[in-house]
Amino acid sequence: MIRFDDVWLRYHHAARDGEAEALRAVSFEIEEGGFRWLTGPSGAGKTSLLKLIYLAEHPARGRIEILNTRANRLTRRDAALLRRRIGVVYQDFRLLPQLDAYDNVALPMRLARRGEAQVKADVTEILRWVGLAHRMHARPDELSGGEQQRIAIARAVVARPRLLVADEPTGNLDDEQAQRLMLLITALNKLGTTVVVATHNAALVEHYPFPRLSLENGRLVHDG
Amino acid sequence: MAAWCMMARHRGDLLGLRSALSDRLLPVLVGAMSFLAALALGGALACANLAQSWQGDTAAALTIQIPQPADPDAGNDGTRLAAVQRALAANHDVQDATVLTTAEMNRLIAPWIGGDAASLGLALPAIITAQWAGSGSSDALAAQLQQLSPGTVIRTGAIWAQRVATLTTSLQGCALAVLLIVALVAAAVVAVATRSGLAQLRDTIEIVHGLGALEADIATRFAGRATWLALAGALGGTVLAAPVLAWLAWLASPFTGPAHPASLFNLPPALLALLPLLPACAALIGWSTAQITVRGWLRRLP
Repeated sequence: MIRFDDVWLRYHHAARDGEAEALRAVSFEIEEGGFRWLTGPSGAGKTSLLKLIYLAEHPARGRIEILNTRANRLTRRDAALLRRRIGVVYQDFRLLPQLDAYDNVALPMRLARRGEAQVKADVTEILRWVGLAHRMHARPDELSGGEQQRIAIARAVVARPRLLVADEPTGNLDDEQAQRLMLLITALNKLGTTVVVATHNAALVEHYPFPRLSLENGRLVHDG
Repeated sequence: MAAWCMMARHRGDLLGLRSALSDRLLPVLVGAMSFLAALALGGALACANLAQSWQGDTAAALTIQIPQPADPDAGNDGTRLAAVQRALAANHDVQDATVLTTAEMNRLIAPWIGGDAASLGLALPAIITAQWAGSGSSDALAAQLQQLSPGTVIRTGAIWAQRVATLTTSLQGCALAVLLIVALVAAAVVAVATRSGLAQLRDTIEIVHGLGALEADIATRFAGRATWLALAGALGGTVLAAPVLAWLAWLASPFTGPAHPASLFNLPPALLALLPLLPACAALIGWSTAQITVRGWLRRLP
């Protein structure tokens, strides 16, 4: 379960420019195994909200619960262990340039101390799912933007996270790949993974009518 | 940590530390520090050896000066010199009492008077050298000799031994201060190299951190690399210092004992035992400094 209760987020550099808060008084709840679209115009605070969910930022105020854990009170070690249960698809992919596709995807499993036999089986399977089994030994700079996006998605889901957070995951994909990705995400959701997807893609939201969180100027304007 | 070891085994340099923590500058600087540390260590041990040998010889030395040695003694039993010799022979704390010959006396005073004393008509006292084996003071002996032969003076090496001890202690202090400074500089070198590596790998570390890597694991990766580089550099520096130390030991051998050819085998055993510890200390400095630096840097991440 994810619960935000009167959460405010302030960036220090933004404060100097007069824009004090990226998020203001945001409150919502996502049940375990739920799915939420996160929508809103650019600069509305979607990425900021996702960062709070995957523990990349601390709120200035308010209470956050992620996977039934009070995020505000975590030790640094416990925060790291909680991050292992969260799969993240970043807007800018964030692949390690010195590792090939296979090792990038295997990273979360190895951090979670899974056996190499299981790593090999799961990584190979997920690379097949995203259609990149034949590119497993390519490094990120040898992959197209769409291929990097699919590797990033594979890395996010390979360890079967309890929570999947995706920031514009279909931004660099064609329609066929986007549909394939949504099939994968909804399949994970049916297996019990809580999913939050930020997107500008109205057609995608329409095609998959899950509940929606909408942000405008850092405020939550729609929940449901 | 097991996961990281596994990754290291299977996939080599996960974070890209080989390029971020260069195998050139850090080992060379740590090697230079180890070279200096080896010389300082050698200096400290040489001071200790010199102090030990000089203090033993100098503190025990007795020089007895008997004016008018051919005159009758206080009891008119013979000459003053003979009376003093009998008293010394009867005292179990006095060993190796030897009267300097005329030739030896002339050799000693020649630098000051430019010739032998007899030709200049000088009445010289008799000089007896001896070793004091007693644990206490030689004051009672001095009083006894004064009675037998008034004007007889005993000089001991105790005051010189004390001065030598003070000098060598201060030299040892300097050497240890050099060792401490060298260790601090080595730690600073490792810290700067580690911070430089962290700056280069900032994106990678943030990604791995975001995926749930423990800070201890990230720090251990850096520390492993820093340890290896510091160890390699220190080994080189110590190996280079060894022949220099052998040469310095050969130069100092007239002061410390019988002269030996300049050879590693003739280095003091204590130095031979301590030299291998230098690379181990450098490795420890590399490990701990990298751990502290990386953990401190990671605190800025959420």
